Amino acid sequence: MRRACFKFSWIAAALLAPQLLIIFVFFYWPSAQALYWAFTLEQPWGGGNTWVGLENFRKVLSDPYYWSSVRVSVIYALATTVLAMSMALTLAVFVDRQLAGYRAYRVAIIWPYAVAAPAVGLAFQFVFNPGAGIFSYINAVAPGWWDLSRYPWQAVTAIVIAGAWKQVAYSFIFFLAALQSIPRSLTEAAAMDGARPLRRVLDLQLPLLTPTFFFLLVINITDSFTDSFGIVDTLTGGGPFRATDLMVYRIYADGFRGFDYSGAAAQSIILMLLVMALTFVQFRYVERRVHYT
Amino acid sequence: MAEINIRAVTKTFGKTTIMEGVTLDIRNGEFVVILGPSGCGKSTLLRLIAGLEEITAGEIAIGGEVVNRLEPRERGCAMVFQNYALYPHMTVAENIGYALKVAGVPRAERTARVAETAKSVGLGDLLDRKPGQLSGGQRQRVAMARAIIRSPRVFLFDEPLSNLDAKLRVQMRHEIRRIHNQIKATSVFVTHDQHEGMTLADRLVVMNRGSIEQVGTPSEIYDRPASTYVAGFIGSPAMNLLPGQLVAARRGVMLEDGTLLPLPGGEGLRDGLMVQVGIRPEHARMVSPGRGRFDARIDMIEELGAARLCNLVFEDIPFSLLTDARPALAPGAVVGVGFGPGQTHLFDAGTGARIETGAGVSQTDRNPARLRGAV
Repeated sequence: MRRACFKFSWIAAALLAPQLLIIFVFFYWPSAQALYWAFTLEQPWGGGNTWVGLENFRKVLSDPYYWSSVRVSVIYALATTVLAMSMALTLAVFVDRQLAGYRAYRVAIIWPYAVAAPAVGLAFQFVFNPGAGIFSYINAVAPGWWDLSRYPWQAVTAIVIAGAWKQVAYSFIFFLAALQSIPRSLTEAAAMDGARPLRRVLDLQLPLLTPTFFFLLVINITDSFTDSFGIVDTLTGGGPFRATDLMVYRIYADGFRGFDYSGAAAQSIILMLLVMALTFVQFRYVERRVHYT
Repeated sequence: MAEINIRAVTKTFGKTTIMEGVTLDIRNGEFVVILGPSGCGKSTLLRLIAGLEEITAGEIAIGGEVVNRLEPRERGCAMVFQNYALYPHMTVAENIGYALKVAGVPRAERTARVAETAKSVGLGDLLDRKPGQLSGGQRQRVAMARAIIRSPRVFLFDEPLSNLDAKLRVQMRHEIRRIHNQIKATSVFVTHDQHEGMTLADRLVVMNRGSIEQVGTPSEIYDRPASTYVAGFIGSPAMNLLPGQLVAARRGVMLEDGTLLPLPGGEGLRDGLMVQVGIRPEHARMVSPGRGRFDARIDMIEELGAARLCNLVFEDIPFSLLTDARPALAPGAVVGVGFGPGQTHLFDAGTGARIETGAGVSQTDRNPARLRGAV
């Protein structure tokens, strides 16, 4: 492929500058700061710091609570991704088939994307409240059966459902766009060839969706590792017994409540490396199965 | 194999009527071409037969069985789409064999039938390619093979040649006709190209604005177009139409400038009726001024190689004629236009319908009532 070459020009540099500045201020600078803090012992009230090498990492990684946080983060990421993507795909297939009222559904399904994570958490706080709503009826039958603040599995289920609910909208938009870009005549040809709707989904639409599927997989996994703070904070606060203490929530808790800036910085670096590694693995092993047409 | 009976079929989308009261009988093993300009409803008619659109009113029967409520897969039709609609993620072999796979045909039999079908359309060594790696003509062949392999009762073609270049189009046209002659399945072919229609069809159906204008063999339609619309649509260059008024007493048509064109036969004509006289460019001759039916001025002469197309102007009306001679005449020169009385067509200027004058071009024993087809 031929590549276009451009001479250096001040106009080009000036046009790029705002974007580069934003990335620098909001990404590279904080990342560099975190990297620096991760190797020092930072005093919470200012007043100098001490170089401690890998001591922060050693401390974090030898903490059994940290490993349970990694474990629950991985569970949360996989569960929300699978749940959100399968729900989004199902809904998109039905909207694409233009069943009755699909226009209303389409708008309704896109809306949750515009809701901020803490608002989602708060809404689900009411949904999952053991003393009100649906679960109060269940608790009336089986007293004490449902209580987010007592049972770890219930708390994890709750944040997974809330997280997935929030991510469905995003995946739905992409799945629907991809489905609608499949030429109608292909579906018709398959119908003439005798394939029923479900068969057409499996043989035709899913294979043609693989590029979108892969893109959403990467985005959803990354998002569920890094963007779960708002839901955890409002819904469970990391509890009970640290059962929902996701990595990103723990960074906040250690850094801003425990004032362990250095430990939080080390955890940020680990989280960043983990997400990068996962993305690398996906590109290396999953992308091979993608048909780009 | 099956006949198709279309009875008073109407199709509306919302408040727009696409097609109204179309009735057509297609015989078993017949190759019917539906011809018309874009938007005339021809593709819709095909899709109604295929079951890709729902019929609003009326009835379609294939092989004697009413198929209105049947899904496309239950109708036994195969369709070749305009853009081929090949499955981009499947190889040529998988594309051709998909219908068999869906039908649950065992792998060994499937492979054998795919290989055989691919060979019959000249795709034998491309079975492992993806559609993206094929040329336009090859994709067309895959689409054909995909239809053939199912041994359908009915073949439906939706402008399958319109994406090919001129040379390939002629070649594929021959191939489609050759395949039809071999397997003899009832075929319905939709096109806006009159050459495709004339060359492929056993019978032509000319459509206009959602209804059928005329049904007949290509030569019947060429010889006796049922309306000014068909007259203008079939034949290239298009038929000349001159406005005039019937003069029963003189058995002729008075043109606007007072010229009288005699009509053959001429019994029972309504005196004073406003009409249009049609003369095909290939039936008109160029003669010396004053020696023909009327004189006209040359506007432009187009060289076609085998012949010359002379664009004339007569009383501000364009009139074209084809001539084998190489007239050494410049634009602006006046020439005479000659044609035999039997080479004129007469149409009612109000309704556009053909008026039989008791004699027409290449008069035969054809029954005009049948000519109009099942309109």
